Amino acid sequence: MSYPAELKYTKEHEWIKPDGDLAAIGITDYAQQALGDIVFVELPKVGSEIMAGKSFGSVESVKAVSDLYAPASGKVTEVNQELATAPEKINHDANRTWMIRVELKNPAELNTLMSVSDYERFIQEEGGH
Amino acid sequence: MSAIEATTPTVRKTALNAVHREMAAKMVEFNGWEMPVEYPANGGIIAEHNAVRERAGIFDVSHMGDIRLEGQEALLAVQHITMNDAARLAIHQAQYSALLYPQGTFVDDVIVHRLAECDYLLVINAGTRGKDFQWVRDNSRHFDCFVENLSDAYTQIAIQGPQAIRVLQKLTDSELSSVKFYWLTRATVCGLHNVLVARTGYTGEDGFEIYIPSDEGTSAMVWNQLLDAGREFGVVACGLGARNTLRLEAKLPLYGHEISDTLNVWEAGLDRFCKLDKMEFIGRGALEEAKAEGVQRTLIGLEMVERGIARDGHKVFEQSGRQIGYVTSGSYAPFLKKSIALAYVPPQSAEIGKELQVEIRGQLVKARVVPTPFYKRAKKKA
Repeated sequence: MSYPAELKYTKEHEWIKPDGDLAAIGITDYAQQALGDIVFVELPKVGSEIMAGKSFGSVESVKAVSDLYAPASGKVTEVNQELATAPEKINHDANRTWMIRVELKNPAELNTLMSVSDYERFIQEEGGH
Repeated sequence: MSAIEATTPTVRKTALNAVHREMAAKMVEFNGWEMPVEYPANGGIIAEHNAVRERAGIFDVSHMGDIRLEGQEALLAVQHITMNDAARLAIHQAQYSALLYPQGTFVDDVIVHRLAECDYLLVINAGTRGKDFQWVRDNSRHFDCFVENLSDAYTQIAIQGPQAIRVLQKLTDSELSSVKFYWLTRATVCGLHNVLVARTGYTGEDGFEIYIPSDEGTSAMVWNQLLDAGREFGVVACGLGARNTLRLEAKLPLYGHEISDTLNVWEAGLDRFCKLDKMEFIGRGALEEAKAEGVQRTLIGLEMVERGIARDGHKVFEQSGRQIGYVTSGSYAPFLKKSIALAYVPPQSAEIGKELQVEIRGQLVKARVVPTPFYKRAKKKA
């Protein structure tokens, strides 16, 4: 499993990739592996607001459903439509399969998130391996 | 040790636990057992599921329990405690049946195997092992027969799928094609003598379940030989995840979901396995009454029309907005590539094609009543 250094991470296993005032959001490799085969992704509509730490959708595998938590607050500018018909893309390449793009409300919020080294330590503690 | 500690449930492991871990299976707790839910190296639950539909898969199902009834009156005892007619079983034949409470609801569903003239083996569910054994022993007291809990004596491995017969045939000299569906034989398997081999399963496919000694060495040897023998046929190890989606597509009931101590035989739609015309059995009186009264709810198949996956416990609504029932099992169906569910609703809402709604995480999602089983394997010429 790999975790790119340019991403920031949450304890709920989402990543966010900042690009100025914009950012892409997805889930981590660890999350996709824990979930198993992803068969359904529920995402917000373009134009809706997401709030840091609050659920913005859900991701469902054959076995279970998990909430998606927003790493930062913002307005949704784009939704990855491919995931409606091919949610397995997340299993294949979690690091690059973004779910939504947002216009960040407060880019400083990103400072509260984990860096790649923090995240790697976090999942080591959480997963025990 | 205090009483509290003594009653703390411990998670049990099958003899193949180390083998599963070696194969990097994702382990979960299921009914008090630590079991593999999937083997990610195979590509996950969907790949395992489709391997069984198209080729073959092997499953460790040693968490299932086994109760043997043997003696002069073993048949009478089996007849008294189960709902199907065990008198119709020839030696080496098996049948799907159930243990019922006096009110006609389920203690458990079982497969009854007739091993010999006066010798029967009941294969039962993991979650109900203790309760079932108690029930069988208590209710067969008045019969001249010996009741034995063999649950820990066997490692049970299921080999399932259209190629299952070819995989297992490589490891035995018994002619497996002469064993019909729901029949059994005693065979030498992997050099082990007198192994019970039954042509049964829980996947909706052809296949076998074998019962071998439960020591770790023997269990691992047979498991690995099955994988080796199956390589040329594309066999994969499968976990409980695929087992559940396979049985759901085939509408095979799961205790605690489609059947339980509050659901009766008619509601569950298992009429054809219940023989009211045989001798008296526990639950018969109540079932006769219930039949005369008619059912208030019935088990239906749903296919989601709108996007979403109905899960166990989700509420089912009519178009009018009235709640009429609940989902007992639901999943994405890997082979059918649809989102399906089983649910209990009143018979008047069970009409095929009827549009209903399932409340999924606060939203009403459209579903349609469809014929079941969702999946039925093509019958091949013998």
